[in-house]
Amino acid sequence: MFEASDLNERNRRVERLWRLLFLVMTVLLIVPVVVILSVLIHKGGPVLSIDFLFTEPVQGMTAGGIFPALVGTVWLVTVALLASVPIGVAAALYLSEYAPDNWLTRAINLAIINLAGVPSIVHALFGVGAFVLFFRFGTSILAASLTLAIMTLPVVIVATRESLQAVPQAFREACWNMGATRWQTIRRVVLPNSISGILTGVILEVSRTAGETAPIMFTGAAFFLPFLPQSVYDQTMAMSLHLFVISTQVPGVPEALPFGVALVLISMVLAMNAISIAFRMHLRSKKKW
Amino acid sequence: MPQASPRGGDAIDRRNLDWYIDKGVQVLVFIGGVSGILFVISIFVFITKEGLGFLTEQFSIGEFFGSPRWAPTSSHNPTYGALALIAGTASVTGLAMVIAVPFSLGAAIFIGEFATGKPREYLKVLVELLAAIPSVVWGFIGLSIMNPLIIKLFNVPVGLNVLNSGFILGLMAAPIMTTIAEDALKAVPDTYREAAEALGATRWQVILRVVIPAAKPGLLAAVLLGVGRGFGETMAVLMASGHSINLPTSVFDSVRALTATIAAELGETAVGSDHYRALFTLGIFLFVVTFVINLTADLVVRGIRRK
Repeated sequence: MFEASDLNERNRRVERLWRLLFLVMTVLLIVPVVVILSVLIHKGGPVLSIDFLFTEPVQGMTAGGIFPALVGTVWLVTVALLASVPIGVAAALYLSEYAPDNWLTRAINLAIINLAGVPSIVHALFGVGAFVLFFRFGTSILAASLTLAIMTLPVVIVATRESLQAVPQAFREACWNMGATRWQTIRRVVLPNSISGILTGVILEVSRTAGETAPIMFTGAAFFLPFLPQSVYDQTMAMSLHLFVISTQVPGVPEALPFGVALVLISMVLAMNAISIAFRMHLRSKKKW
Repeated sequence: MPQASPRGGDAIDRRNLDWYIDKGVQVLVFIGGVSGILFVISIFVFITKEGLGFLTEQFSIGEFFGSPRWAPTSSHNPTYGALALIAGTASVTGLAMVIAVPFSLGAAIFIGEFATGKPREYLKVLVELLAAIPSVVWGFIGLSIMNPLIIKLFNVPVGLNVLNSGFILGLMAAPIMTTIAEDALKAVPDTYREAAEALGATRWQVILRVVIPAAKPGLLAAVLLGVGRGFGETMAVLMASGHSINLPTSVFDSVRALTATIAAELGETAVGSDHYRALFTLGIFLFVVTFVINLTADLVVRGIRRK
């Protein structure tokens, strides 16, 4: 009755062929990256040690560790988060809980897409024009972090908005019916049900911020500083810029050293991302609704 | 309605307080919401403010877009032709797209339509992780791994060229395009697929005749955003393209990109000098082009959604 006709047979063969082609494309997309990562690990691995992480660069950055750069990146990321998380969460709350469907909301969404799409070097120019010169912060952690904060704002906004919108509308309606105000509903119902989703967004932003180079080049990151920053008005070294500097600007760096720095940087970033993804999957699996 | 009772003052006060808090929060989150717009506008205002002197005094459209001579540090006759820089950016981005577009669309179709269950989840996570690798690490890879590889494979003197940076940029842009394209495929309602399957279409026929046509605007937007990303990429292109001012004639020519020029030269200029202002003018150009690309991508998606 249901014997495969020649046509069916042909169709099935065509489908298998396409499926294979797309599988190969997917694999080819991933393989070079895996190869590259293993080269990084192979060449950079031997450099890594506790000493490497916790000592200063010496001999014109051709030897020693990366401690000031690590500390600097922590400073930059922390200050950037302090600025962007409150603004980002507020923006997401507005878009998810308050915004009517009008031209202003569309303009805000477009602005967010654009903030994410503007080249990082243009953010750097903005940081120089606005924070370094106009607000007179000078080249400092403050100026660099604010530049990073504005650049990575879309990451927080998009992740937060998504997790807010995942809270069922019925939860809100139930709360409103009890006579709660909008804010009471948000604070007691919406935020507690989405806080972990917001956290994954924040972790993702940490990873983005830690890897950025161009926006901090002229706003607060220094090539080499022998001491750790004491306040947000100091300049600082940073992991990402340090990698750029020792691989392009400093003569006589042993070949393995920049591989070690690259490995530490990429491990930091990927670990943060992996945590964020694992967290998100865990949340999804135990979702109650 | 407030209860009218002699001791009701408390209740009324609390209600008022809650009401004020509610309004206060509403104002705060509104400020947060419009801050995105404010930031985009202030980016434009501040880079224009710094670059304006150049635009009104030295700038000539003919020279900027027509001359390949970018020599702002020349002491007797500084020239500001951005043609070679534009060609550098265009060649690198073009090659990156030639590599990345087919592969990322193919990967998106495989992940979104063919793969199922666990493998699909793993692939999605992997693509997301690939998108997270910082651009300075990509630049370093171009410099230290691709460079000797290209010299050896093609027997050319320099491995920092269009091929190197285009390949690196393609690898960078592909995961992002894959993710956006896969979202676009996912946005096609399942009822479309079911209707086609009910008519006896094979899965491939469903994809080719139903899913891809329905997702076309989203796929186009994915490509556009990939182009925008390549156009604006800074560190990877700075480190892997060779950084010499050239109108490229082959993929083995070294080039210099717009973004890389700013990154390399801004540190050496005096605030307010012609050179400094010229770099900000390049920034204005970059801002405008990426703005147009993003706006177009948004309109493409929105236009079809409305229909």
